[in-house]
Amino acid sequence: MEALLPGLVRWAHIVAGVCWIGLLYYFNLVQMAALKDAGADGTAAGITKHVAPRALLWFRWAAVATWILGVGLLCTLGDKGGPVIHKAFTLQAPYAGIGIGAWLGTIMLINVWHFIWPNQKKILGMVPATDEVKAKARRVAMLASRTNMMLSLPMLYFMANGFSHHIG
Amino acid sequence: MKNPLESVTGTIISGLILTVVLVVFLNNFLTPVAA
Repeated sequence: MEALLPGLVRWAHIVAGVCWIGLLYYFNLVQMAALKDAGADGTAAGITKHVAPRALLWFRWAAVATWILGVGLLCTLGDKGGPVIHKAFTLQAPYAGIGIGAWLGTIMLINVWHFIWPNQKKILGMVPATDEVKAKARRVAMLASRTNMMLSLPMLYFMANGFSHHIG
Repeated sequence: MKNPLESVTGTIISGLILTVVLVVFLNNFLTPVAA
């Protein structure tokens, strides 16, 4: 069972990550453009009322699950000095590559919960907000989401290039 | 200058540039493999 654990945690980390980053790409590549067009012909409510809240629910909790499972994976992987999580987050050899990926994922998680979700709640009417506040929230949420899409490219490079595969 | 994050294309190009910068940083200023 001990030998199986890192593989199972890695698998669950990837499943949660696909859900998180898949929805991030959906928001950036599909929903933002669709809302612009839907707003023009008065059909945006279908998206903002029925699609966006569900997508955001899976998005924000998949982000948490991905991060926890990633940290869990680093805790299950070890060398002679014990678990490598500390060495990864302090960018020590030979874990600097996976450490950069872990830091990018951490920044992205903070971005989700500190910028994207609070502003989406204002945009979708889940918390009271004036039109002026909503307009500002729209801009902040859009830029935060685009920042995460930008960060996802290097993050996935460092996650996908086997920097953690030789550990343990 | 326009913010590159205003467009999907600008976002992807920014992400690719950042990837290259971080890979160069890893290979030149950090140690990617055991010394």
